Amino acid sequence: MTEDEVFDAEEVYARASWKKTLFTLVLFVAVALLAVFAVSMGAASLGMGECFRVVLAEFMPVEEVSTFAQVVVLQLRLPRILMAIITGISLGVAGAVMQGVLRNPLVSPYTLGLSSGAACGAAIAIVLGVGLLGTGRYIIVINAFFFSLLTMAVVYGISRIKGTSVETLILAGVAMGYLFSAVISLLKYTSGHEELREVVFWLMGGLYTARWENVIVLIPAVFFLTALLMRYSWDLNAMSAGEEVAVSLGINVNRVRVTCLTLSTILTASVIAFTGVIGFIGLVSPHVCRLLIGNDHRYLIPCSGLVGALLLLVSDTACRTMISPTEIPVGILTSFIGVPFFLYLLVRKKRRWWQ
Amino acid sequence: MKLTVSDLTFGYNGKTILDGISLDIEKGVIVSLVGPNGAGKSTLIKCIDRILKPQKGTVYIDGKEAAQLSSKDFSKTMGYVPQSTLEVFPYTVFDIVLMGRRPHIGWRVTGNDVKIVSRTLRFMGIEEFASRYFDELSGGEKQKIAMARALAQEPEVLLLDEPTSNLDIKHQLEVMNIVKKLVSERKISAIMAMHDLNLASRFSDSIVMLKDKRVFKVGDPRSILISENIERVYGVKAEVIKDSRGMPYIMPIEPV
Repeated sequence: MTEDEVFDAEEVYARASWKKTLFTLVLFVAVALLAVFAVSMGAASLGMGECFRVVLAEFMPVEEVSTFAQVVVLQLRLPRILMAIITGISLGVAGAVMQGVLRNPLVSPYTLGLSSGAACGAAIAIVLGVGLLGTGRYIIVINAFFFSLLTMAVVYGISRIKGTSVETLILAGVAMGYLFSAVISLLKYTSGHEELREVVFWLMGGLYTARWENVIVLIPAVFFLTALLMRYSWDLNAMSAGEEVAVSLGINVNRVRVTCLTLSTILTASVIAFTGVIGFIGLVSPHVCRLLIGNDHRYLIPCSGLVGALLLLVSDTACRTMISPTEIPVGILTSFIGVPFFLYLLVRKKRRWWQ
Repeated sequence: MKLTVSDLTFGYNGKTILDGISLDIEKGVIVSLVGPNGAGKSTLIKCIDRILKPQKGTVYIDGKEAAQLSSKDFSKTMGYVPQSTLEVFPYTVFDIVLMGRRPHIGWRVTGNDVKIVSRTLRFMGIEEFASRYFDELSGGEKQKIAMARALAQEPEVLLLDEPTSNLDIKHQLEVMNIVKKLVSERKISAIMAMHDLNLASRFSDSIVMLKDKRVFKVGDPRSILISENIERVYGVKAEVIKDSRGMPYIMPIEPV
């Protein structure tokens, strides 16, 4: 490297931007490749070629495929893989935004009590059969969704009393999480055998319930919300320098905070209402990306989503194939795979910005 | 740009911090706000920059009410340098200074923004830090980066909250020299909250002495920094001598 190159700030910036763009593209390709690979993995042994023909046959009625393969690939695996991707994206994006907006590395949908709120709503629906809205199959989903939103509303409301202090908001979230956990424990303690089983499964989270009808609605919703949140990248960047600097840069800090928290809560709630509690991804995906590409939210938000998708897809594929035909709940594997990877990055990277 | 503060009053929880502050600040001057702890120096700076909302009073920019401007347009006129910056998350120096372009850009960074940032880094003499991470730098370097961010806003008034309070003597002088150079080259004004009376004396065109939430005296350093004023405002007996250029140099002797 010549001296000129080292001191040309424009060049340095161009190179850094190119690296981050490349990183985003690599993640995108990795998710796509892994998805293709995951389609051919599973209890029913179908080759990659056969799986392709099944998908192809959907669009061009030329190939002959067995009904069995069709059901396995189209009805079971594809929706589940897509569900893993959008759930991972949602949690990763929401985690990055929440950490950014609250300037705190420990924040995630889990620590803010959103997951516990959703779980509590689900448990109430399962054990007591009571829902806020609707009946039938979606009573659990709807309850989980609205309890999650309600949690954020309460947490934010509490923080408003003390002038929207970030510390109050986080502590209120953690406290609400404990409260909901207590309610869940009470419900578990008093519920019958069958309900208890269902609550436990919901709490461990899983993608086995993925259906096309849900995936089709969730995909556009997740992409729309992610795009909306990415529009706030600059504001989030500026806010990480502190509230005063952000205000002097012309940002309406309170409005950005409310909007971003609301959007990322809806994003989280709409997926965990279907999947149950999947912790860790929302916390760790942003950190993995920060360690690799820094904190510029223009790149951090999409990358964190893609890392979340990657992490969840790997875990889910592993958990449905490792001891097939039975499977391990995905929540267990995300931690088994994600924690060592995260700790490795944490220890290996020399930068110690979290101090 | 001429800045006028008229009858500005600020307080919270029933406690008054600033009580009827009025000031005129001409274009292209360095103004130091001095006064004891709690006199309201930082608060006044924050009120001028609309970070805090005063209960009463108006700030005029060239005769127009500042409160009428949109927050984006307002942020193009004033840059703020906080007393200290704590970045929780990792940003490179370039990214931090680029944040100063926020009032001017939409989502995409243009070549012009990148040029302005790199020119600002060069002006501050911190170009070689462009790709370094903020938390790896020393206090003096961080202060310069915070200033660079405010400069990238291309403001007409620069507000600095105790810009030298955490710095060693070399960085203190470097930072003050940059302010001086800025004001003379770009014809912007700088308003600084200052603790160090001797730095204020050497580098300011005008000194605003605050006492008990009000403006005590305004004027050039020679007429303001005299033992009598220092005793009344700070409650400290001080000897004031002249340095080689005839500027007052304050030696505090003992509290009264």
